[in-house]
Amino acid sequence: MTITASDEALTADGSELVRAGGGGPAGKRIVVAYGFWIFILSDMVMFSALFATYAVLSGNTAGGPTGAELFNLRNVFIETVCLLLSSYTCGLGALSAERRQPGRFFVFAALTFLLGAAFLIIEATEFARMVQTGAGPSRSGFLSAFFALVGMHGAHVTSGLLALIYLAAQVIAKGLRPAVLRRLLCWSLFWHALDIVWVGVFTLVYLMGVHH
Amino acid sequence: MLGKLSWSAIPFNEPLPLLSGAAVGIVILAVLVIIAMKGWWPYLWREWLTSVDHKHIGVMYVLLGLVMLLRGFSDAIMMRTQQAVAVGDAQGYLPPSHYDQIFSAHGSIMIFFVAMPLVIGLMNFVVPLQLGVRDVAFPVLNSVSFWLTATGALLINVSLVIGNFARTGWMGYPPLSELAFSPDVGVDYYLWSLQISGIGTLLTGVNFVTTILKLRAPGMTYFRMPVFCWTALASNLLIVAAFPVLTATFLMLLLDRYLGMHFFTNDGGGNQMMYVNLFWAWGHPEVYILILPAFGVFSEVVATFSGKGLFSYRSMVWATLGICVLSFMVWLHHFFTMGAGADVNAFFGIMSSIIAVPTGVKVFNWLFTMFHGRIVFRTPMMFAVGFIITFVIGGLTGVLLAVPPADFVLHNSTFLVAHFHNVIIGGVVFGALAGINYWFPKAFGFTLDERLGHASFWCWLIGFYLAFMPLYMLGLMGMTRRLEHVPDPSWQPLLLVAEGGAIVILCGIACQIAQLYVSIRGRDQRRDLTGDPWNGRTLEWSTTSPPPAYNFAVLPKVETVDAFWHMKRMHQTTAKSGYEAIEMPRNSPAGFIIAFFAVIMGFSLIWQIWWLAILGFLAAAIVVLVAAWSTDREHEISAADVAQAERAR
Repeated sequence: MTITASDEALTADGSELVRAGGGGPAGKRIVVAYGFWIFILSDMVMFSALFATYAVLSGNTAGGPTGAELFNLRNVFIETVCLLLSSYTCGLGALSAERRQPGRFFVFAALTFLLGAAFLIIEATEFARMVQTGAGPSRSGFLSAFFALVGMHGAHVTSGLLALIYLAAQVIAKGLRPAVLRRLLCWSLFWHALDIVWVGVFTLVYLMGVHH
Repeated sequence: MLGKLSWSAIPFNEPLPLLSGAAVGIVILAVLVIIAMKGWWPYLWREWLTSVDHKHIGVMYVLLGLVMLLRGFSDAIMMRTQQAVAVGDAQGYLPPSHYDQIFSAHGSIMIFFVAMPLVIGLMNFVVPLQLGVRDVAFPVLNSVSFWLTATGALLINVSLVIGNFARTGWMGYPPLSELAFSPDVGVDYYLWSLQISGIGTLLTGVNFVTTILKLRAPGMTYFRMPVFCWTALASNLLIVAAFPVLTATFLMLLLDRYLGMHFFTNDGGGNQMMYVNLFWAWGHPEVYILILPAFGVFSEVVATFSGKGLFSYRSMVWATLGICVLSFMVWLHHFFTMGAGADVNAFFGIMSSIIAVPTGVKVFNWLFTMFHGRIVFRTPMMFAVGFIITFVIGGLTGVLLAVPPADFVLHNSTFLVAHFHNVIIGGVVFGALAGINYWFPKAFGFTLDERLGHASFWCWLIGFYLAFMPLYMLGLMGMTRRLEHVPDPSWQPLLLVAEGGAIVILCGIACQIAQLYVSIRGRDQRRDLTGDPWNGRTLEWSTTSPPPAYNFAVLPKVETVDAFWHMKRMHQTTAKSGYEAIEMPRNSPAGFIIAFFAVIMGFSLIWQIWWLAILGFLAAAIVVLVAAWSTDREHEISAADVAQAERAR
């Protein structure tokens, strides 16, 4: 009886210590994922600076074309669907990796890559069309801010796709061992974060731009 | 083939930068030759250049900061001399185009390559030791951060000899910094060196937030962390939240300059006030990134040398976090004159004044810690006392400047210059010097000379007052900052006093160099064999001086705040048996090699040598990919080896 009571007291005390942060150094998976979260946070802050600049400069068209004249909502909608779907396949791929099912992982990774690439191709064609019609980034403050914000997101998607190839190569070479799984975890955090940024871009740039 | 680079980039017509560049080059060459002749290269490569040990990286950061302090200070004394002599009909010895580069370089160097490396260096060395752990969360990343900072420092020094530096002031405001008004490479040197080192700083922020929040010794709850760790946490949270804004802002200015975009231009729908807002949305938190760790140093120093626990630990922590949050709500006080209107200015004026409240809490906590303490006036404590007095004066002039109507009068005057030097020298520099004197024995195993330490303190203190009190007065008399020629002869006496102050500070720096030399020469008489030379309170003093690579053979168990003090009082000794195998990160040359290619990339981007820039970028990227491929980054020190190493100490 006494032993049980003191045991309970010990656990109660122990878990309280852990809740207050006294549980000792965290494990590798937690440290790596946590650090990557902080990095994503900093990336979000960078995007917020670009968003703020876009919000300030979006009316400064300097006599050039406005968003309503330039944006094609149908294409942007397809882009959005591709990117959101790629997040879904990315999630399925992450689950397969956690269950140590490399076959399924590669299928979902390939789907994610294709959807991401489709997004990029549509975006690049849109950009090229705009530049050809004289609505390039040096046309006005509005277009500078547009290309910087949307282009920065596109650059992130591009580096995400390159990183996916690189990580797939690691899975082939090393298998789904803990170190590789930690990297895949970080990659999927990154990919989902790009979705969140895109929701902001879609709303602030395209939807609001067309209605102005 | 070589972009804008040609022989005309080297300023043969200006002997001053060429001669100083040549002198620095000869010194570097001599050092390299000596290292090669003594056969120290393998040691240097193994223990320092490729080291991922937080203690070695910390020492290298501090060394970088001190070397760059010499560069930044020589800029300062050149400016003071010019203003002291170029009065009335005299034109002084510096042409305007050179003088403008000097004040721009002085500001950029002192903030980014002196204050930041000193503060980050101290955090690197101290934080894992105080937390009772063996390294930071991401040791290789830590090395990359350091080497990217060194890259920026190198690029800014190259501008001395090849091409020129910005003539825009250290904030690089457009439209002056736009291509239309600054067509040469000066602004590009400014942007790329700060952009590259800024990425290094950002990675440091990510690393240290993770370290402090996720890696602490068993039992070290948040409210048992040493105050220096709290201030380091706040500082790194600010880095994570503020530096990306600077990266984005500089990116936009680069796009304006390189691709003809219109973010901040006068024409094409640009908005230059956007730059000013974004710059200070980073710039004001940056002030607290620097000062909060200095507050942490003083908290440790005052408690140790008063022989008492810190007065009201919890209020110190909350004051730190309060300042951390408030620092993001005051940026507009840097440009009240923008014309945002009375309501906006009033809001930011009030927020700026409110920061004085948590800062005041801290000052009283330090004073009450000293009250009834057994104060020992060692060099760090001298700096702490000097800091409290000086910083209060600087804080009060800051509150004065936070009142918008007063700011309209004093904006861009030397009153402002005096104010921020008052808080940065009296706060950050004194904090860094106190920290160096305080933790030097921990890093190297012997103490620094006290007599010369005191001499350097008095020179810094007196020199500071002589150099900057006149600037307060001149500002009130109407003198604006950055004057290359002084039109009013009645200002000259005060400018001569300021020049004298700069010379006294120079004596302080000379005393520090002498202090280092004397202490190293007499190190065998100055050994710290206990590991606890100051009767310290926190965990870094519980291990030997210098600590082993793994810091602690057995991770300490923390039961209170001031954990080591508690252990000493309870007569607990560190475990002498029951060692377990320790996993430590392997050395990695990745940071050094990435920095090598980053220098090539940065230099080619500045001079628009596109093919080389692409090559440099690709090479750096390949190094990253190769380094990220490895899954075997740790090596294990077996329990038997640990036991043997511990017995040997």
